[in-house]
Amino acid sequence: MATVRIPSPLRRYTNGQSKVESSGASVNEIIESLEAQYPGVKARLCDDSGQIKRYVNVFVNDEEIRTLQGGDTPVGDKDEVSIIPAMAGGQS
Amino acid sequence: MSYLTSDQLMAKLRKEIKEISVHELARKMDNGEDVTLVDIRGLEEWDQGNIKGSVHIPRGFLELQIERHAPNRDQPIAVICAGGVRSLLGARDLEALGYTNVASVAGGFNGWKNGGYNFVVPRIMTNEQRQRYSRHTIMPEVGEEGQLKLLDSKVLIIGAGGLGSPTAIYLAAAGVGTIGIVDFDVVDTSNLQRQIIHKLEDVDKPKVESAARSIAQLNPDVKVIGHRTQLTSHNAFDIISQYDLVINGSDNFPTRYLVNDACVILGKPLVDASIFRFEGQVTVFDTAHDGPCYRCLYPDPPPPGEVPSCAEGGVFGVLPGIIGSLEAVEAIKLILGQGTTLAGRLLTYDALEAEFREMKVTKDKNCPVCSEHPTVTELIDYNQFCGIPSVEHVSTNGAVKQPALA
Repeated sequence: MATVRIPSPLRRYTNGQSKVESSGASVNEIIESLEAQYPGVKARLCDDSGQIKRYVNVFVNDEEIRTLQGGDTPVGDKDEVSIIPAMAGGQS
Repeated sequence: MSYLTSDQLMAKLRKEIKEISVHELARKMDNGEDVTLVDIRGLEEWDQGNIKGSVHIPRGFLELQIERHAPNRDQPIAVICAGGVRSLLGARDLEALGYTNVASVAGGFNGWKNGGYNFVVPRIMTNEQRQRYSRHTIMPEVGEEGQLKLLDSKVLIIGAGGLGSPTAIYLAAAGVGTIGIVDFDVVDTSNLQRQIIHKLEDVDKPKVESAARSIAQLNPDVKVIGHRTQLTSHNAFDIISQYDLVINGSDNFPTRYLVNDACVILGKPLVDASIFRFEGQVTVFDTAHDGPCYRCLYPDPPPPGEVPSCAEGGVFGVLPGIIGSLEAVEAIKLILGQGTTLAGRLLTYDALEAEFREMKVTKDKNCPVCSEHPTVTELIDYNQFCGIPSVEHVSTNGAVKQPALA
């Protein structure tokens, strides 16, 4: 089971948890099993065709998956998958 | 016991020590000849003007410090003082240490100056500044030279809000000489939970004015330039080009893409951070030194409404204190040229978990702005880019409509 880091805006789907365990051999599989555990989360990460949205950054350990194999990037049991959204806050 | 008067000693040394004229020295320096020019005058004399490229060793320290500058005894050395007298004594002392190629500059610095040759007047700190910045200058990573760099530097802060408050305060305390602040807003009571540059008495007053007041109370060395306006594609180049470095603490995506693109096009380093609830992220975009930019990290903006703002989702009041201070740290490192910056790394902080983590940010070879063949080479309509109705759109009552701000 890989560890998935959930950012603040998505924690309402994970009962407030910032870290969850999820199974799957690739990022796409991890997202599928997240959706099974926490319905609604996939629509926040992927577009209608199932592609990960361009403004959502997914890292396997410290590498962004766009620089790897995208949704097909392999994920091992000891890997950590981090979802890092763009945030705009700071001024007001 | 025989003795010499000082006149007799000087006459003796003039026979023994090689002298060169200021003209010969100028010729040697112009030709790039390998000669170490050692100025042995006192600190006050040196501060009033000296020859570019000379090393300053006051005569009392000459024998003790010369080896740092001329470890080789055959190194050609020219010793200079104010008028060419003390330099004879200094040259004799160097010969006593075994230096074989020493000359005294006849006429000294005054002769050089009267000969019409160029000299520099070093920037020096006042006694008050030496005291104020003593904890900085004592560290070799900063030193007096680094502190003067800070005093000469010009930093632009986008937003005098959560992030901009601690950033501005720490930069001002550190002696960053010019701080520009862009903010069109006024202080609201709900800002005071985290925007520590503003006080209760500042409520309803422009943030740039309130920030300037706080900074003036902290450090009179700092010049604050308030830009009480919204940064747009029309004014971004004019404003940003006045500064050496930009720190982003804005609250909306159009401004973030605008600031990024303007900084990439102008070649200015950008320290970028954002916060939401208990989480923050900070990084450095330094595309002039091959680093990635905001678009490499976030190629597309989220659709409007997809990412909640701090006004909607809340923000932990201390969080911008941490993240804004990290921005100040990175800015000062960039100015000093010290350490390793966050260029190419995204540092994230989760206050609830008390966890710092680090992600790689890779330069996108096809980035529309910072790649070798950019497709965006001028500023665009960033509201439109982020899916927000443009500012140019005029509402039915004829008023210019402001974009929906986070």
